[in-house]
Amino acid sequence: MNTEALAVAGVLLAGLVVYAVSGGADFGGGVWDLLASGPRKARQRKVISDALGPIWEANHVWLILAVVLLFVCFPLAFAAMATALHIPLTVMLIGVVLRGSAFTFRSYGGGTDETLRWWGRVFASASVVTPFMLGVSAGAVASGQLPVDPRTHQVVTDFVSAWAAPFPLAVGLLAVALFAFLAAVYLTLETRDPRLQEDFRWRALMTAPIVFLTAWGAFVLARQHAPLVAAGLTQRSWSLAFHVMVGGSAVVAVAALWRRWYSVARVAAALHVALIVAGWGFAQFPYLLPPNLTVESAAAPQTVLRPVLWVLGLGSLVLLPSFFFLFRVFKSNPPTDA
Amino acid sequence: MTDLLAARSQMAMSLGFHMFFAVVGMAMPLLMVIAEGLWLRTREPDYRELAHRWAKGTAILFAVGAVSGSVLSFELGLLWPTFMRHAGPVIGMPFSLEGFAFFLEAIFLGIWLYGWDRVSPLIHWLSGVAVLVSGTASGVFVVMANAWMNTPAGFSIVGGEIRDVNVWAAMLNPAAPTQVTHMAIAAFQAVAFAVAAIHAWVLLRQPGQGFHQRAFAIALGVAIVSGVLQPISGDFSAKQIARNQPAKLAAAEAHWETRAAAPLSIGGWPDEVAETTSWALEIPYGLSFLAHGDPNAAVTGLKDIPKQDRPPVAVVHVAFQAMVGMGMYMAAVALAAAVLWRRRKRVPLDPWLLKALVVAGPMGMLSVQAGWVVTEVGRQPWVIHGFLRTADAVTPMPYLIVPFLTFTLLYLVLAVVVVLLMKRQVFASPGLAATDKAQGGATATDRGDA
Repeated sequence: MNTEALAVAGVLLAGLVVYAVSGGADFGGGVWDLLASGPRKARQRKVISDALGPIWEANHVWLILAVVLLFVCFPLAFAAMATALHIPLTVMLIGVVLRGSAFTFRSYGGGTDETLRWWGRVFASASVVTPFMLGVSAGAVASGQLPVDPRTHQVVTDFVSAWAAPFPLAVGLLAVALFAFLAAVYLTLETRDPRLQEDFRWRALMTAPIVFLTAWGAFVLARQHAPLVAAGLTQRSWSLAFHVMVGGSAVVAVAALWRRWYSVARVAAALHVALIVAGWGFAQFPYLLPPNLTVESAAAPQTVLRPVLWVLGLGSLVLLPSFFFLFRVFKSNPPTDA
Repeated sequence: MTDLLAARSQMAMSLGFHMFFAVVGMAMPLLMVIAEGLWLRTREPDYRELAHRWAKGTAILFAVGAVSGSVLSFELGLLWPTFMRHAGPVIGMPFSLEGFAFFLEAIFLGIWLYGWDRVSPLIHWLSGVAVLVSGTASGVFVVMANAWMNTPAGFSIVGGEIRDVNVWAAMLNPAAPTQVTHMAIAAFQAVAFAVAAIHAWVLLRQPGQGFHQRAFAIALGVAIVSGVLQPISGDFSAKQIARNQPAKLAAAEAHWETRAAAPLSIGGWPDEVAETTSWALEIPYGLSFLAHGDPNAAVTGLKDIPKQDRPPVAVVHVAFQAMVGMGMYMAAVALAAAVLWRRRKRVPLDPWLLKALVVAGPMGMLSVQAGWVVTEVGRQPWVIHGFLRTADAVTPMPYLIVPFLTFTLLYLVLAVVVVLLMKRQVFASPGLAATDKAQGGATATDRGDA
């Protein structure tokens, strides 16, 4: 067994998990900006904007790290995905550009209320499109519709049918719902005003059934359209424990929201999202890009993987304390003015 | 438009667009760190305000740079999957390191922009230093990866597949030292000249403005150092290219005949059919001396490069001449400013110098763009010099004109918006800037709903 390839794949999955629980919530924040309503509409948007401001760019880098690890360590899989998923990934990129630019233009650009509202709408709409397209792309990978010719190393694709299919689209919806839920839970801790906390608490509670429905829908579709993942989620030794944990974390998150134990809800909701992303990864293991690229067969040579692992190890010695510092500075106590 | 041309156009457009923001994101932290450092030492409030105002503009430009850079990292695969399949692992080391550098840059930029009231002044300043160091490192690593495309190293080819990868040898390829140095200086130079020009422009209209004098002095200091160093670094680059990419050098110089004691052609228009360059001013022995340090050395001409391996000559030659010309002008202005500054022991504010600097304002940024045209178009028809042709690396995806036009439109809109926002930021009256400085760039006052 190629230990180095496994280790890099593990880091890649871990990076995606962290991206989902951090960057994913930033997209969810955009969803709540879009759906801001009621007497505290403007203040809801300000809480969201203040919460995202210092951290969204750093959170976004997890996605870049995942892409870099993919093309450095699993070039065959990267080339195949980038070829066959050109359309959803391009739309996703347009979303990335508009989300980040519009958010910054609104925060720093100034201008009339009308201009700011317009940037707000762009930011919020892009925050829906981007995770949807990421979910669609992940769903297309999981569905095993991207075969790579073992001789030419070219992916066999018509550029559309692998992702414009029920299962990938369901995963796209699941991603949006999941991130919106996560963001609403996080946002209860971003303000000290109990009325705003209630606003976000209700939003989280209302979203929970939607998360359940989209997750259940994706799971049902998986049986037919993503058999590898469906089998992984039902027939592995860890399958039962996994379902108990996914369900349990959801129940704890909702119950904690109900009792207004927001810190508990935050941990449980993050765990819930992390488990779903990690579950996808474990379910399709040993395949990186089913039906025929495994972690081992797609891996770059050892002479590449080993130094990259060293860099990942040494780099995290600098990176993790820096991240810890960033979140301690901005997330340890919510602003009193909001 | 063929799919290959659409892919190349999209890549060129994305790279050119990103380059502007990347350069600002790399170099503005230096000016901000200097301003904040001077504030900590002198407690002169102008310096704090300066750091704030520069930060506001940088926040916008950095964000656009971050997202347009993300687009590029995906586009490498979306447009050139075959290139990435072969090259990805070999140039993985600089890209992985760049990932970490970008992470640190984003983390400490968040602290720097939003943390004025949340961390101590020293920690805040050190966060700015961290942004500067990681931003520069990030640029250095990406250029190392690009240098590998010019002088591929660190692997061997067995049966058409890449073997024996040595990621360190690939990262430290022959072009890396000169290309990295040239681009790093260029980034600071482009930004310093642009900022110096903006404040020189204000000083020409409102002489004696202390705030703008202080800003001007910081930018001019960086402009002098980078402007004088850059032609020296360029000379090292040219000699390296003469050794490793003779076709690129020949195209840049519009040099057709291989000969000893080759003259340097200044200006002129290369005719690619007749294989001659007309109307050029020729300096005897110039090219041999500049390319090899010996006035009698032989310099390879384009006629000795097979036609199918030649880059487009006119584009490369014109871009190269533009870059060198502007570089020389900036070096001359920088030298003059340095002499005056030294002689008077205070920052020179002579109107003619200010005017000369206003003219130089856009030149740094334009030279960066021209330089990348030389690097990238000059490497054609190869994507990996000598190993993989650009035409063989493109995605099989059809209708590539659609994403090309989409991204062009998107970036055009963003460019217009950024220009309008910058205009408001930079040319806002000092009184207006003073009212929002207390907010540390936060949105609270802007939004009015706090």
